[in-house]
Amino acid sequence: MGALRRFDRDLLVLAAGVLVLIPVPLFLSGFLLEVAIQTLLFGLLGVAWNLMGGFAGQFSFGHAAFFGIGAYATAVAVTDYGLSPWVGMLLGAALAAAFGVLVGFLSFRYGLKGVFFALATFAFAEMLRLISRSLEAVNAARGYNIPIRSGNPWLTLQFPQGSPNYYYVILALLALSLLAVILLMRSRAGTFILSIRENEDAAAALGVNPMRYKLLAVALSAALTAVGGAFYVQYFFFIDPELAFGASVSIQILLPAIVGGIGTTWGPVVGSLIITVLGQGSTALVRTPPPFLEALQGVSGLDVAIYGALIVLVVLFLPRGVFGTLRERLGAA
Amino acid sequence: MAFKGRKVSGRSLALLGLGIAALLVLVWGGDALSWARDNRVVLVQALVTGLLLGGVYSLVSMGLTLIFGVLDILNFAHGAFMALAMYASFVLVANAGFDPYLSLLVSVPLLFVLGVLVQRVLLARVMDQPHENQLLLTFGLALLIENALLMVFTATPRTVEFPYAQTGIPLGFATVRGPLDVFGAVADLPRVIAFLGSLVIAGGLFYLLRRTSLGTAIRAVAENPDGAAMVGIDVRRMHMIAFGLGTACVAAAGTLVLPFLSLQPTTGEQFNVIAFVVVVLGGLGNVVGALVGGILIGLVQELGGAFVPGVDKLFFVFVVFVLTLLLRPQGLFGGKP
Repeated sequence: MGALRRFDRDLLVLAAGVLVLIPVPLFLSGFLLEVAIQTLLFGLLGVAWNLMGGFAGQFSFGHAAFFGIGAYATAVAVTDYGLSPWVGMLLGAALAAAFGVLVGFLSFRYGLKGVFFALATFAFAEMLRLISRSLEAVNAARGYNIPIRSGNPWLTLQFPQGSPNYYYVILALLALSLLAVILLMRSRAGTFILSIRENEDAAAALGVNPMRYKLLAVALSAALTAVGGAFYVQYFFFIDPELAFGASVSIQILLPAIVGGIGTTWGPVVGSLIITVLGQGSTALVRTPPPFLEALQGVSGLDVAIYGALIVLVVLFLPRGVFGTLRERLGAA
Repeated sequence: MAFKGRKVSGRSLALLGLGIAALLVLVWGGDALSWARDNRVVLVQALVTGLLLGGVYSLVSMGLTLIFGVLDILNFAHGAFMALAMYASFVLVANAGFDPYLSLLVSVPLLFVLGVLVQRVLLARVMDQPHENQLLLTFGLALLIENALLMVFTATPRTVEFPYAQTGIPLGFATVRGPLDVFGAVADLPRVIAFLGSLVIAGGLFYLLRRTSLGTAIRAVAENPDGAAMVGIDVRRMHMIAFGLGTACVAAAGTLVLPFLSLQPTTGEQFNVIAFVVVVLGGLGNVVGALVGGILIGLVQELGGAFVPGVDKLFFVFVVFVLTLLLRPQGLFGGKP
């Protein structure tokens, strides 16, 4: 029953973590607050990806599909129909879950595994990108600018620039996502999901329906990813086909889990912290370098090159991710 | 199993054909046939362009599938290597006045050596790790290469002039002047050269794999690494050579398309994506499958674009991709299990 205790401990850690993180905006502002918000956002996306790619063992290379559906649903709801972004967020989550179930059903039905499944998810995301780029009904390649709306800012999810409220919203969303994942994984269904990952044939022989529980993980993962997409639109006020469905979005979503530790509860959050700080740090370095590195000022490409080198180094030296390696070293199960 | 020629399964081809036909009928209804009658020239042009481009896709994909077949690695840096080779050729042409086709003699060996080094220094360390780690490593490498190119050459599109546009190509008995006329369609000379060059290099690769002892050793490693090691084949060395050869293929393809494509650090990305599609279509690890698949995808892309203008041509490629993945994930010709 070690697994049960582990997830109970996770609930305590979650509660303590949220309490510690609530006062953070008192100490951070401007650029650092932005970094904190993006850390939480990519933590949320990483947690969502990890449910499917880590716990359920279905490596997705196309989570941009779900992210983009959430983002576009929100943009369309707010811009074209004047609805609240919260409505768009729920719609997007439902749509993404449905799309995930469709993609998952088709893929699992035909027995796609490993590399083939990853390529299938990639292909579906790319198709959504190409469709949204040609479809005039969603502004084709121009994308959406979110209009500034009056009214209760908590309903329109629009706060003045630099407002700590964005931080509280994404912190709450991340905490709820973690709560959902922890509760799922300590439930009977969670045990089934893990058993299917470890040995699908054995699980099926014992009466577990692999299709049902794999699809459950995919649907929840897709819905949570869409929530992240909806927040992204409201935070950056802009979305277009590349930012929503591009292959680099899929990568950004899976990186926190990989860097932090795939299939661990806290790995994606730890990974997001590392990735976001390093990514934003190198961007800031190029924008305003210290005097002795002045030659780097405005050299485009340097920040992403550093990012690429970082990925290579993590894979070479921390193949189980930061959190996974730490846990192994400390010997805690 | 990887490099055995297999018979094309009639059922799979029929299924694929039906899928494409159903899609076209859905989109276009009965108008398609009369449209094809009225637009014979457009159709023939799409066939010619698709075939010529497909040959280049074949060469890119043969490199990718060789790497997958031997090393079991899905290489996301393939397109970045292509861009690197193209910039190497571009520098030679723009600064040293090289003939672009002569620069193959530099770009191909250069990328072969680079591929060998990347395999030896980076990928050899993660060979026993899960697939996703290898995939991520090559992806990080692609980001590194593309953005290093961006830092050095900026994002300004670069072009290389086709050197024989005015003079034509002297073949001894006659001088070929472009563009060629193929059943009323136009075939630009640089595209014809890229197509023929790709086929020649593909033939060379095929000869190497099938008729030399080195090729036999590479195929043995692809088939059964443990068995190969047991009969005295240096598996690590074959891994390095296979990765180098795969990279050399994409380098050759890059240099060959340089005279008719504008060059940016991200130019290779689209070829990388298309090569994934081709490699799955032809069967992962199947070199002959990649050759045929490349031409098929070239045709699908151009014919789809001609039938349904206004939609990105790549869309049709992905439709075929998804159909293949769902109906026949082992590819048309079978591949590694």
